[in-house]
Amino acid sequence: MTTQPPLAIEATGLVKSFGETRAVDGVDLAVRSGTVYGVLGPNGAGKTTTIRMLATLLRPDEGSARVLGHDIVRDAETVRELVSLTGQLASVDEDLSGHENLVLLGLLLGLRRAAAKTRAGELLAAFGLSEAAGKLVKHYSGGMRRRLDIAASIVVTPQLMFLDEPTTGLDPRSRNQVWDIIRTLVAEGTTILLCTQYLDEADQLADRIAVIDRGTVIAEGTPAQLKASVGSGALHVRLLDPEQRPAAAQLLERDLGSVHLEPDPAGVSAPCSDADRAAEAVAELSRAGVRIGGFSLGQPSLDEVFLALTGRTAEEQTEDPAGDLHEEQAA
Amino acid sequence: MSTQTTHPQTTTPPAAAEEAAALRKALASTPRPPRATPRQAAMAFGWRGMLKVKHVPEQLLDVTITPVMFVLMFTYLFGGAIADSTGEYLNYILPGVLVMSILFTTVYSGIALNTDLTKGVVDRFRSLPIWRPAPLVGALLGDTVRYLIAGTVIVVLGVALGFRPDAGIGGVLAAMALVLVFAFGLSWVFTTLGLLLRSPSAVMNAGFMGIFPLTFLSNVFVEPETLPAGLKAFVDVNPISILSTASRGLMHGNADTSDILIVLATAAALTAIFAPLTTRLYRRA
Repeated sequence: MTTQPPLAIEATGLVKSFGETRAVDGVDLAVRSGTVYGVLGPNGAGKTTTIRMLATLLRPDEGSARVLGHDIVRDAETVRELVSLTGQLASVDEDLSGHENLVLLGLLLGLRRAAAKTRAGELLAAFGLSEAAGKLVKHYSGGMRRRLDIAASIVVTPQLMFLDEPTTGLDPRSRNQVWDIIRTLVAEGTTILLCTQYLDEADQLADRIAVIDRGTVIAEGTPAQLKASVGSGALHVRLLDPEQRPAAAQLLERDLGSVHLEPDPAGVSAPCSDADRAAEAVAELSRAGVRIGGFSLGQPSLDEVFLALTGRTAEEQTEDPAGDLHEEQAA
Repeated sequence: MSTQTTHPQTTTPPAAAEEAAALRKALASTPRPPRATPRQAAMAFGWRGMLKVKHVPEQLLDVTITPVMFVLMFTYLFGGAIADSTGEYLNYILPGVLVMSILFTTVYSGIALNTDLTKGVVDRFRSLPIWRPAPLVGALLGDTVRYLIAGTVIVVLGVALGFRPDAGIGGVLAAMALVLVFAFGLSWVFTTLGLLLRSPSAVMNAGFMGIFPLTFLSNVFVEPETLPAGLKAFVDVNPISILSTASRGLMHGNADTSDILIVLATAAALTAIFAPLTTRLYRRA
């Protein structure tokens, strides 16, 4: 294998039904090697089912996919040698210790016992789990379990890693640790397919994002493109004197085309993605005697992206926190 | 506040930096080993089974206390009534109790597999490049150690109570080996059940509903001579009867080769049918 395929994942028209439900309904994906690809969507959107098909755990009903150049159905064994999966339920054995979990995986991946033990120790140290090495995983905290889970996925470095909601349920500190681990993995050349329902997570980590809703990809692009497709950025201005808001709004409307009065009585914003024009508009306000407390040029959040794409916010769909799993168990 | 540190807000940046460096090193230093052989993979899963026993030793109750109860109950309950003396009856029933105890234990292989499936770790096993039946074969190899413990407990207790195998220790070991081989074959039936049924208790119910009548309608407890003709015919062809007869024969030195062959063939047939079935179901579960 001297020539690396340009695409780590190439999926066309993937479909998977569970009974009446089409959990995945024609998903296309193209993931470049060495990047983080975010699959973003609410619970039940079909993320887990997609990842399980790509990781050869489920056979697609329709469509096809190549992972690292190998067909996921015909060449599933080869795919399994090149990828690793960190599932939504932590994919480690709760009844074993952290060290035993990693040794077991080392043995299963073909390491000799001594090498497996060395590797386990190395990984536990790298993931800050040395002290908990001998503890049963069922006594681990959520963050520790996740880190062990990721460590288990790199006992032998995979070319491609599937991460299914790696930070769901973690506190902010553990989440940041997991994010750092993911960044290091990518820096070392691993391609990552990251499923998440957290918009800021995709924004922070992913090079490209597919927004998935009800089993189909409804938008695809870089985080910046996605935001741009929803509308350009916005200039937010905070006034020192709310009394001056009508005047400020009038000026901004003239300079930038339209204006939005924010819930904060001293806040006003206008669509604008060009820093020079924003600076000019702010200077205009200042010249007209409007006293400005502060201003910023920001991009819309991915929350706004999701709302614009689906007409719903991501949160509106999350009543069923285990939606993806239920779908599969109904099979 | 300390003045020499550049990060007064956080107390662990050096540790974090060390961890990041260790992580980069951990990622860099992994040449891919050759794929695990089927034997290596199965042994690793067998080791996993042993570790579970180590961490939850209570699991051994069903292979230690239960056989002790069976030996004591049946010897003293039926001994006088059936064979006029408990000592004589013990010589008849002990190989049968060995068969029964170990076969009952095989149901737990299915229950354990069903419990395993509810956990995320199975997804990881299924996504590994390993010999497909390895998780199942390995688990059953681990279970074989449990059966061996149960068998040893029974024989040792039996000898203490007056069991005297005519063929000596060699005969006992041969009988034990035969029962273990049959148990391995039968386990596949329960692992299949474990993958088909929804909950561990459903597996337990279905498993015992099958194994109970098969065990009691055999010659484990009584010679079938006194039975009604129809029942006797069933008891005579019941593989558990043949296994009991063969074990008894091996322990007392008068085994029929044909019985032993029938037992081995039955075990092979069960494995040939149910092992591929279990493996296929496991991939899809």
